[in-house]
Amino acid sequence: MGAYTVPLALICFACSRVGPKGVFMNVSMTVNGRSVSDDVEPRTLLVHFIRENLHLTGTHVGCETGYCGACTVHLDGKPVKSCTMFAVQAEGADVMTIEGLASNGELHPVQEGFWERHGLQCGYCTPGMIMSAAALLADNINPTEDEIRHGIEGNLCRCTGYHNIVRAVEYAGAKMRGEEPPAPDWEEAH
Amino acid sequence: MATTSVMGGAVRRREDPALIQGTGTFTDDVQPVGLLHVAFNRSPVARAKITSLDAEAAKKMPGVVAVYTNDDTTHLGPLLAQVPIGKLRPLLAAGEVNHVGEAIAMVVAESRYQAQDAADAIEVDFDVLPAVIDLKKAASDEVKVHDELDSNVIHTWTYHGYWEALGLEDQTPQVDAAMERDDAVVVSLEMINQRLIPVAIEPRSVMAEYNKGYGKFTVYSSSQVPHALSGAIGTTLGISPSDVRVIAPEVGGGFGCKLNVYNDEILVAWAAKELDHPVKWTETRREAAGSTIHGRGWVGTATLVGTKEGEFLGYKLDAIADMGAYTQNFTVAIPLLGLWIASGQYKMPVGWKVDCVVTNTMTTDAYRGAGRPEAIYYLERAIDAFAHEIGMDPFEVRRKNFWQPDEFPATMGCGFSLDSGNYEAAVDKLIEVSDYTGMRRRQEEARAEGRLVGIGVGSYVEVCGFGPAVLAEIGFSWANYGLPASFNGTGLVRVNPDATATVVIGTGPTGQGHQTTWAQIVGDGLGIPVEDIRVYHGDTRDHPMGIGTFGSRSISVDGTATYQATEKIKEKAAKIAANVLEASADDIVFADGAAHVAGSPDKSVEWTAIAKAAYQAHTLPEGMESGLEAETVFSPGNATWPFGTHLAMVEVDPDTGNVEILEYHAVDDCGHVVNPMIVSGQVHGGIAQGIGQAMFEDGIYDEAGNMLTGSLMDYLLPTATDLPLFDLHRTVTPSPINPMGVKGIGEAGTIGSAHTIVNAVVDALTPMGVKHVDMPVRPKRVWQAMQEARA
Repeated sequence: MGAYTVPLALICFACSRVGPKGVFMNVSMTVNGRSVSDDVEPRTLLVHFIRENLHLTGTHVGCETGYCGACTVHLDGKPVKSCTMFAVQAEGADVMTIEGLASNGELHPVQEGFWERHGLQCGYCTPGMIMSAAALLADNINPTEDEIRHGIEGNLCRCTGYHNIVRAVEYAGAKMRGEEPPAPDWEEAH
Repeated sequence: MATTSVMGGAVRRREDPALIQGTGTFTDDVQPVGLLHVAFNRSPVARAKITSLDAEAAKKMPGVVAVYTNDDTTHLGPLLAQVPIGKLRPLLAAGEVNHVGEAIAMVVAESRYQAQDAADAIEVDFDVLPAVIDLKKAASDEVKVHDELDSNVIHTWTYHGYWEALGLEDQTPQVDAAMERDDAVVVSLEMINQRLIPVAIEPRSVMAEYNKGYGKFTVYSSSQVPHALSGAIGTTLGISPSDVRVIAPEVGGGFGCKLNVYNDEILVAWAAKELDHPVKWTETRREAAGSTIHGRGWVGTATLVGTKEGEFLGYKLDAIADMGAYTQNFTVAIPLLGLWIASGQYKMPVGWKVDCVVTNTMTTDAYRGAGRPEAIYYLERAIDAFAHEIGMDPFEVRRKNFWQPDEFPATMGCGFSLDSGNYEAAVDKLIEVSDYTGMRRRQEEARAEGRLVGIGVGSYVEVCGFGPAVLAEIGFSWANYGLPASFNGTGLVRVNPDATATVVIGTGPTGQGHQTTWAQIVGDGLGIPVEDIRVYHGDTRDHPMGIGTFGSRSISVDGTATYQATEKIKEKAAKIAANVLEASADDIVFADGAAHVAGSPDKSVEWTAIAKAAYQAHTLPEGMESGLEAETVFSPGNATWPFGTHLAMVEVDPDTGNVEILEYHAVDDCGHVVNPMIVSGQVHGGIAQGIGQAMFEDGIYDEAGNMLTGSLMDYLLPTATDLPLFDLHRTVTPSPINPMGVKGIGEAGTIGSAHTIVNAVVDALTPMGVKHVDMPVRPKRVWQAMQEARA
């Protein structure tokens, strides 16, 4: 603990400036492939920096305690809950938010899976859920139902009962493996 | 996936591309220039007089623009309610507080962090008084919550004062007489239906702007009822609701908790005008337990009387329902919704008494199911206990007492008529799809190995589709918000000159996929693809008067209005097409993007030509007005009555009391289905919330009124690893009260599932002699029940 006290204090001193609205620090990072930089209060949460400074409002806040996972983004390729990190802790990091997941106008297979298998209803937990599911499949392209459930356990959904989220991730995994996704399991209309 | 406009198609949702790419707009995403932020100072105690309030230090803090207290807002009056029995909530605490989390002061600052800092710096001193939390103690009036009220029991729902006023017969004497019969088997259970916190994953948020030049408000709110909010703001601030434009953009889940109008919404609008700046408040999860309504919160005794052959002779419920400290929108009316379905799917007399009591807790109101899950839970738990008592299969005992298909419409003791039903068909299908016989065999095998495996059956009927205009007499309207409209449905359909259609509806989704379902209704009627149909909702400025999405009402009420508007468009379009084709309008049918002459497949005119003609008067039949638009208001003659039966198999760990769901099967009947994918999704989510109540969720106050489950660390929502896959099926019994034969599905899963799980757990423990375990059936409680049974 003691070993870190002095260097951290020095960094803060070096980077901060005191203005009429309090102490601000400059933070720079890459978000969705774009270099961004802004002055923030040291206490600014990463999720608020993303939403309010960068106006990337696809990342949501559901609980401020790291429990619901609506704020999940990728930080250097790993899923993190951006409501329990300060923006300044992401200094120099490579961040990806839901807005950066599709590439060249093509949906990520997880996004496609959520659409095809009704993996969302209100859509509020969805960006965080999709980021967690994408990270799961990046590690394990052929997860079992149980592995999918554990992979998204840190993301709460109040609408779907998770059934169709599991199906959406199965769909995405199949797509990523180049296989035909399983057929939907809802009963047709009579 | 095939995209089709045909009713009954699993059309991919129109709303999803924005939501899966992070471009959907929720209220907190709206950040106008000059935006100011609100934070509230909230009560840390349950019941107290405020002896001093000092905001001077807070006012001098960086970025603080204003601090408001009751002195500033008392002239606005309290928060309006539709059923104003009890004490209405002051907008800001009026010299006293009555629950933890009650808003005392409102800070407006340049940033949300500054606002919160200043809210925390306000110094409030309290003279703390004894809190009233326990429902039975509250009902005893040992300590009164509000000095000015005669009693903590602010209302009692019984035959007297309800049925009597409607000229209905009190059935209680029939139930009492049945109990005296020599062959009567009477089972009675006292049960808790615990308080729940709705927890929409999007916390509530409201952002208001006032343009003093135009004299108009624009308010964004995470609301299920934007029209009600425009009315409430207008009425409170003394202007016409027509000058209050409320927009409910994407709403991140509602489940009833966003069906209220809240004090914070009124205050934010008022402050925006006072400060001549846009103002926003976004709830934190931590404060939500004291700022957003709770649901359920009953204790009661259910008594079922029948014969040992399984015939039900009558049913009684004597309960106390927790209203919380202040009355909001429908608070006191919620138990009434349960009363309407007190007899469930069964033909028998019922007696009912529910005392509505105030306590020093957050207000309760509609949470998914709203009164109906409570009522069905008590009834179906009692039926299960009865079946165990007489040793009869739980399906069999239910089957013996169902209303029969030829008895519909079936008039119940509450005076309402069940519109349609075929309860045995659902049971037959469930037994078949679940391999119930095999489940019982596997249960026996498991028991032989010493495992505690149980099977639970739970039926339900619900009352949906609010509603009949006559209900306005008991508060089911927005009259107290200055908009005296019955709970009608509204729909506006316009075919544009380019042959696309615009649909504007008075109800809006909180995840139910209205844009897709409504496009299917209109697309099916007009024969145009859903891609060519835009559906708009949730903007009070120019949308038809709307009631909102709740009580599983959108499809059967507003959906019907849209269906009827589509029919009107077809009538006119048929005349235009007949004019072009030199045919009779009666022979015109619409399909595949064109109008055709029935029987002459080569004679047709494309919608593009019909639309063009509609907007070029010189090409229209003589005397016909230009344009192709229709708006209708639909007032249903009855509610709708969806139903179903659920079946669960669970295993209880004999050492820890942990409950695991092994299988879950359900057959639900919501009449005709527009989009089976969406309907299944609604049932999944509903079941998850019912299982949440049965196994995990518990909104707990301690004796002093401290909220012990105010964060998601303490309030257990089901996670992905807690739930199984659900095996869902349907039967289709169309409703006769609307032309599409639809009933509604939003709450069915919740109403059908909690008792199904508890019935399964009790079935697992029956060999040990356990008769009941209260919800949530968490390991500790189950373990204790086993210990007591073993002792």
